[in-house]
Amino acid sequence: MTQTAAAPPAIELVGIDKSFGQVHANRDINLAVAAGSIHGIIGENGAGKSTLMSILYGFYQADRGDILIGGQKTVIRDSAAAIAAGIGMVHQHFMLVENFTVLENVMLGAEGGATLARGTAAAREELKRIEREYGLDVDPDAVIEELPVGRQQRVEILKALFRGAEILILDEPTGVLTPAEADHLFRILKVLKEQGKTVILITHKLREIMAITDTVSVMRRGELVATRRTAETTVEELAELMVGRRVLLRVDKGPAAPREVRLGVENLTVRDGRGVTMVDDVSFAVRAGEIVGIAGVAGNGQSELLEAIAGIRRPASGTITLGGKSVGGLDPAALRRRGLAHVPEDRHHMGLVLPFEENENAILGYHGAPEYCRGPFLSLDAMRRDAKAKIEKYDIRPPNCRLRTANFSGGNQQKIVLAREIERDPDVLIIGQPTRGVDIGAIEFIHRRIVEMRDAGKAILLVSVELDEIRALADRILVMFAGRVVGEERPDCGEQTLGMMMAGVSGGQGASA
Amino acid sequence: MSRPFGQLPGWADYVLMPVLNLGVAFGISALVVLFIGESPWEALTTMLDGALGRGEGIGYTLFYATNFIFTGLAVSVAFHCGLFNIGGEGQAYIGGLGAALVALAFDQVLPWWLTAPIAILAAASFGAAWALIPAWLQATRGSHIVITTIMFNFIAAALMVYLLVNVLKVPGAMAPETRTFAAGGQLPKLGWLLELFGLKIGAAPFNVSFLIALVAAFGVWVLIWRTRFGYEIRATGISPSAAIYAGIPYVRLVVVTMLISGGLAGMMALNPVMGDAQRLQVEFVGGAGFVGIAVALMGRSHPLGIVFAAILFGVLYQGGAELAFWIPTISRDMIIVIQGLVILFAGALEHMFRPALVALFARAIPARAG
Amino acid sequence: MEAFDTLVLILASTMRLTVPLLLAALAGLYSERAGVFDIGLEGKMLAGAFAAGATAAVTGSAWAGLGMAVVVAVALSLVHGFASITHRGNQIVSGVAINFVAAGLTALLGQAWFQQGGRTPQVSGDARFSPIVLPFTEEIAAVPILGPVYRSLLSGQNLLTWIAFLAVPLSFYVLYRTRFGLRLRAVGENPAAVDTAGISVTWLRYRAVIICGVLTGLAGTYLAIAQSANFVKDMSAGKGYIALAALIFAKWKPVPVMFACLLFGFLDAVAIRLQGTPVPFIGTVPVQIFQALPYVLTVILLAGFIGTAVPPKAGGVPYTKER
Repeated sequence: MTQTAAAPPAIELVGIDKSFGQVHANRDINLAVAAGSIHGIIGENGAGKSTLMSILYGFYQADRGDILIGGQKTVIRDSAAAIAAGIGMVHQHFMLVENFTVLENVMLGAEGGATLARGTAAAREELKRIEREYGLDVDPDAVIEELPVGRQQRVEILKALFRGAEILILDEPTGVLTPAEADHLFRILKVLKEQGKTVILITHKLREIMAITDTVSVMRRGELVATRRTAETTVEELAELMVGRRVLLRVDKGPAAPREVRLGVENLTVRDGRGVTMVDDVSFAVRAGEIVGIAGVAGNGQSELLEAIAGIRRPASGTITLGGKSVGGLDPAALRRRGLAHVPEDRHHMGLVLPFEENENAILGYHGAPEYCRGPFLSLDAMRRDAKAKIEKYDIRPPNCRLRTANFSGGNQQKIVLAREIERDPDVLIIGQPTRGVDIGAIEFIHRRIVEMRDAGKAILLVSVELDEIRALADRILVMFAGRVVGEERPDCGEQTLGMMMAGVSGGQGASA
Repeated sequence: MSRPFGQLPGWADYVLMPVLNLGVAFGISALVVLFIGESPWEALTTMLDGALGRGEGIGYTLFYATNFIFTGLAVSVAFHCGLFNIGGEGQAYIGGLGAALVALAFDQVLPWWLTAPIAILAAASFGAAWALIPAWLQATRGSHIVITTIMFNFIAAALMVYLLVNVLKVPGAMAPETRTFAAGGQLPKLGWLLELFGLKIGAAPFNVSFLIALVAAFGVWVLIWRTRFGYEIRATGISPSAAIYAGIPYVRLVVVTMLISGGLAGMMALNPVMGDAQRLQVEFVGGAGFVGIAVALMGRSHPLGIVFAAILFGVLYQGGAELAFWIPTISRDMIIVIQGLVILFAGALEHMFRPALVALFARAIPARAG
Repeated sequence: MEAFDTLVLILASTMRLTVPLLLAALAGLYSERAGVFDIGLEGKMLAGAFAAGATAAVTGSAWAGLGMAVVVAVALSLVHGFASITHRGNQIVSGVAINFVAAGLTALLGQAWFQQGGRTPQVSGDARFSPIVLPFTEEIAAVPILGPVYRSLLSGQNLLTWIAFLAVPLSFYVLYRTRFGLRLRAVGENPAAVDTAGISVTWLRYRAVIICGVLTGLAGTYLAIAQSANFVKDMSAGKGYIALAALIFAKWKPVPVMFACLLFGFLDAVAIRLQGTPVPFIGTVPVQIFQALPYVLTVILLAGFIGTAVPPKAGGVPYTKER
């Protein structure tokens, strides 16, 4: 550690260890964060970052190890203790009461007395002071559900500061933000640092780490594998540390041989339940024998686009064609019958019914197909035979088609979904986040299968927030920003070009054609 | 990979846990008896003897069980779809109207075996109709089905009292009930079935409805675990979002499932109306719709479990009546208490012992493996 | 003038019928605003009524009856809390169970202790909450309009009636003007927000169900030893469910709850008044219509035809710390 001996670290973790059943979430973590700095913690999904921060915020108790705040050993038994120790946390999913005002949310838990009258006036004053000091521009009387996401996040920061937090932890804060909002957040964090606050930023985005932090720690499989000064490290080094080997997401594939258009999307507009436009006048086509990748920061309309194509969400306007025929208004079952297969982004909530047996999930969505049915009845024999064949072909482990699906690992669950969708020999395959929460071995397998499908002449639309994955698999890349397709690039274009487009800074050559 | 937290072997989940929960419910019931100043052991033997000691007792036990099989199935079908149909009481009540109208129309024209199928159809469709509005409101407008079905229970009660007092009552008679059905509107007793076991049915109203209930139970098993529709019901009940992904039409599924549920509840009316009283009376359902909740919970929403649980409750009802007769300080309300305790421990507190059991198994199993 | 007298009579009867509904609905308000659904209002009210009737009969003290009613109803509330807060059980199932246990136990114990078919003995005098006659009632009785209204509607109400109606502004104050109320409303909408603010979700919800118990105990006391002079088997007769309907009808807000209860109480009063008497121009109206009307209205409301009733967002969902 290279800090000066004068001030003790704002936070020091000594030998923190935590297990959930057989999952060892944190192994012997040692970490010191200098006061008045911005410290990044980076790692893949499931690396144990969030568990570590939950221990710091009193959500979980560590099995072993000590927490030192400002050099003092501190026991953090619950959130109240964390707050008392000067720790504030901005959660990934905001902890706000949506039908309360900003002021009410800020006061919750720090009301300043048994009745609200006196505390409210004082809180309003204090809020104004904090807002001025840190440049957080939020109306105290606005109702949360009417605020945009970026402002809701600022309310979370206000809450922490209102409680006198000296240490602010932000858990994946930019996942839900537009690039402009993220920039605003970073400016706020810099002001916080100037005012002497300590900031811990948890993220899996290297770019953010490089842009804002002073020091960075890398977590991998529950261990803290390295701590670096940000100025002295590189994106490549951090990436390698995160994954444990050089990340070269190279998939062997030849050049694409695109043929006729299989999936057409024209002037598609999709609104969410609140009427907010999520997909805005998007047009593109996917041809047989090519993989079209859609890149973009999460929350820029990719999910809604996928769901609209899959028939789950009804578009507000525009047309979707399969093999040249309009399929607008068809439900997912009808679309499947017309050769559209869909690997959803969220396998736990969409792709699988987790308590079902494996063989039952292996027909989800195709349970009406004649080979699995005799009249209104299901043919268990056919289902199980079919499931066994897929288990063998996709090397799904354990090889037991009667096992509850929840008992399979993430990678094997994803293989169950993939086997189901691919083996029906669809004409068009739309895939969301194919390797989220999947181990390395399965990632390679899944990528290979996707390329094989392309080579077999299928039209594939791939959505992923992992830029590396998109670049490795796609033959063409469309970039989505704020619901629009802002450009099209070839996969070998510079990462920077794509990054700029994803940030909405500039359009590529094919912008909004 | 590791097993998800808190999982038990199948037999522990389906047998040990219910038995444990039931044991606690009965244990507390025994304390209640003790509190009143009677002997729980004597109460138990009186009950068992009254319910199972003689042919007539068994006949009554199975008569009550018939009601509970129907209502238990009704609750369980909705459960599988993630719906809590608390309106079995009202649906059965209205189902009775259907059965009675058919019986009144045909009892002097047709033999019972021709009236019965029409009555089954009528009872089921009336019950289903009473479930339709709550179902439709839940599916299309998100109105909480628990609340709407409760409301419909009360509306049914008001409607039926009105009809019985003002429309269906025999002119000049005092009692708000229809005339007694002729032979063509009566379901025959199953004395012969008991005689196969050397038992005498006596005055017990044990009738053909019991066999219909068993057929219904088998039908529900086939529906839930062997048909495409049942697959869709289960998928929707467990994960509505996955069901939408799979293209399962939510509105249609919810409405049809509730129609089936309401239909099963409606069919319950056959037993008391055509099998026992042979006329339509006020409040003939007598809480069977609610017992269905206890039965479904205890039977883990599986038809086989429901049949067993229904028979157990049949024992309680018949035994409870005997108990009240022999030990007057313990009134029939004891059954209601036991029923409440079963719902509490097998339903709301079903997971109370789970962590302890899981820990026990976790300790026992590696020890064996190692 | 006769029509006016009838109206005053109906309104006076409305007041009496509204009280138990109001107390139970406010009870449900606290529980449900904290995110714990409670269809066990009926059972708790019934158990409270029995406890009040039995205790008053034995001790001769209405206050002892009230105290015991509150203790018993709170005990059942704690069972509901234990199942649905501590063990994260299904709140509907737990409520149903409590209704059964209460219905069974009151009748069983009533029969075992008093041998009057589930009734408790009639009480009078200090064992009941008697009407409180306000000053000047007789003096202004002769004043038209004001006199009868004062005499029938304000004077002559018992203590529990006053408590029930005073509980309305008090609840409004607690809910919207106190720290406890802010937290209570928050925990019903987003318990995770409360938890991360360093407040115990469990303890907060327990406090809500305890208040619910106290108020249902009062409602039961009113039934047994204020409105009547003894406990009668099943005397709550669905009032807990009507209170639930009123709570939904009022969209979980205290002042509207009072108006909803007054409306449902009024319907009941009209039904009793009209029993067998023909209405001019309409003829005999079946009482069942008035009995069914609260439920029909609530269903129509739930269907979204009279605005929308949005329940507390976290209602019915047990809180688990999940990351």
